[in-house]
Amino acid sequence: MASIDIEGIRKSFGAFPVLHGVDLAIRDGEFVVLVGPSGCGKSTLLRMIAGLEEVTAGDIRIDGKRVNDLAPKDRDIAMVFQSYALYPHMSVADNMSYSLRLRRSTKEKIASAVSGAAAKLGLDPLLERRPRALSGGQRQRVAMGRAIVRQPKAFLFDEPLSNLDARLREQMRAEIKKLHGDLRATSIYVTHDQIEAMTLADRIVAMHGGVVQQVGTPLDLYDRPANLFVAGFIGSPGMNFFEGRYLVSGDHADLKLENDVTLPARRVGGIESGEPATLGIRPEHVVITEGGALEGRVDLIEPTGFGIIMHVTVHDVPLKVFTLNRAMLNPGATVRLDLPRDKLHLFDGEGRRLG
Amino acid sequence: MRTRQLAFTVAHRLAILAYIVFALFPLFWLLKVSVTPNDLLYSEGVRMWPSRATLEHYTFVIAHSAFPTFFKNSLIVAGSTAVTVTILASLAGYALSRFRFRAKYWIVALMLITQMFPLVMLVAPIFKMLSPLGLTNSLTGLVIVYTAFNVPFATFLMQSFFDGIPKDLEEAAMIDGATQFIAFRQIILPLTLPGIAATLGFVFTAAWSELLFALMLISGNDAATFPVGLLTFVSKFSVDFGQMMAAGILALIPACLFFLLIQRYLVQGLTAGAVKG
Ligand SMILES: Nc1ncnc2c1ncn2[C@@H]1O[C@H](COP(=O)(O)OP(=O)(O)OP(=O)(O)O)[C@@H](O)[C@H]1O
Ligand SMILES: [Mg+2]
Repeated sequence: MASIDIEGIRKSFGAFPVLHGVDLAIRDGEFVVLVGPSGCGKSTLLRMIAGLEEVTAGDIRIDGKRVNDLAPKDRDIAMVFQSYALYPHMSVADNMSYSLRLRRSTKEKIASAVSGAAAKLGLDPLLERRPRALSGGQRQRVAMGRAIVRQPKAFLFDEPLSNLDARLREQMRAEIKKLHGDLRATSIYVTHDQIEAMTLADRIVAMHGGVVQQVGTPLDLYDRPANLFVAGFIGSPGMNFFEGRYLVSGDHADLKLENDVTLPARRVGGIESGEPATLGIRPEHVVITEGGALEGRVDLIEPTGFGIIMHVTVHDVPLKVFTLNRAMLNPGATVRLDLPRDKLHLFDGEGRRLG
Repeated sequence: MRTRQLAFTVAHRLAILAYIVFALFPLFWLLKVSVTPNDLLYSEGVRMWPSRATLEHYTFVIAHSAFPTFFKNSLIVAGSTAVTVTILASLAGYALSRFRFRAKYWIVALMLITQMFPLVMLVAPIFKMLSPLGLTNSLTGLVIVYTAFNVPFATFLMQSFFDGIPKDLEEAAMIDGATQFIAFRQIILPLTLPGIAATLGFVFTAAWSELLFALMLISGNDAATFPVGLLTFVSKFSVDFGQMMAAGILALIPACLFFLLIQRYLVQGLTAGAVKG
């Protein structure tokens, strides 16, 4: 097991820059999840750590040792590919033992490592099969098994569950978490899936356009998103935003929208009265109440079973509300809403978090 | 609906049958003439099968003509060419498929250009090149020429097979601890067996039946390959059709055997199951 330090990593494909200076210190045994929209450079970063992609600038250290110029085979890391990348002409057992055979481990050692991994992942009955005779979920397990047979310094996962159906994904997610609890291996995990990121991560790294936007625990990112991008990216349904001007009067503050409507805001530092600002509130924090200060026109009701997502329009601005109140399945044409001040997020004109 | 489907199936089968008959009829005629005794060849008119069949042409060709030498020469030339070309094309095709390097574009363009000339144009210059080296009238010379002409196409063929193998596989192998070459040998090559078989088969048949260069570079029976040898059955005053056709049938045998041997690899999709599908 090892720590991984990434310092000022840049990557360009030809003249096309993809990563613009990424710094990240991953502690020994930590589970770090990279999230971000498609094309933001998550896979590229992961592949650079694996040694599959050359580093344009910056340093990568594994266990304090600079590995920039080391071939993948000399970095002692394991990777689970989105496509699984199982060797089709080898049995499951041979797939799992390939890395050990390349290292010329003894027969006994290989056998015990393979049977240990197979037992952990429930692969015992499948060891003699070829990958083509396995279901998607089983292939996924074999890919995991191939990674854990040798104890590598770190695990890299590139969207390992994205080809599975929702139920299986849930199950594998829990298994990965359990596995990490057992092995305590340094892991870097790339995903699009919010829930995977929130549930698995010790720390989440949110990326956008080749730049790290925020690094923190899942709840950090949920409760105190560092900027508009993270605020909008983390959470589902996504956060509501109102753009306007920040107006201070006495000891309280408001946000004045384009159409002269004012919404309550919070007094925060770092912004002057009259400057542009964005107000954010999560759908689950909007309160539906008889005495609410705002009136919302109900446009659409989306029952999810667990709760209800309501699409309403407040002063011509669309707003999503999440509620557990079943009575809201049949609301009237309008509802009255409150935006509790302590749940509001404020961002300045550049989209940075205030307060 | 049912009848329409049936009619469609029948039409489909008939079309295939018509094609097969058209394609195989010359072969049938080859066989027919090869078993027709000389005295019946011109006397019976056009018949689908002679009234009396004989194997005398075969025994003559095997026992009393230089045909076994031609046959051996062809086997050596076609076999060596096929193996050499396939090895070179595998390595070159892999490089074209996986590596980015400086002159890649130009190398591909040059390889394409070599395929554009009618070969007749090249006979004289090649003869001029080979004769001072003592490579005319030699099987080695033929192997070299055939290899040179077949490598470009075979390279593109192999490249397309390598392109079809997901890059993830060798990356996984490299992370598992293999060098690029080990990954190529242990992971990629076994998956390319169908491609290798196809290339072997293609080059083997091309070299087996090549006439132009064999005719121009070889004189005399000792180093003649079988297409050249066939012409010895044409004498100044007559053509010995029966013997010629028998030789032709015999010459088909190795090609058929060869394809029987490799067809297992031609049809199977070895990569199934590698990645999510
Ligand atoms: N070999 C390459 N050559 C040129 N550009 C590339 C190459 N690989 C990736 N890119 C570009 O780099 C950017 C980042 O790609 P990357 O695969 O890292 O994205 P990602 O964050 O993993 O996206 P996704 O979530 O869709 O997998 C993309 O704009 C992509 O087009
Ligand atoms: Mg990716």
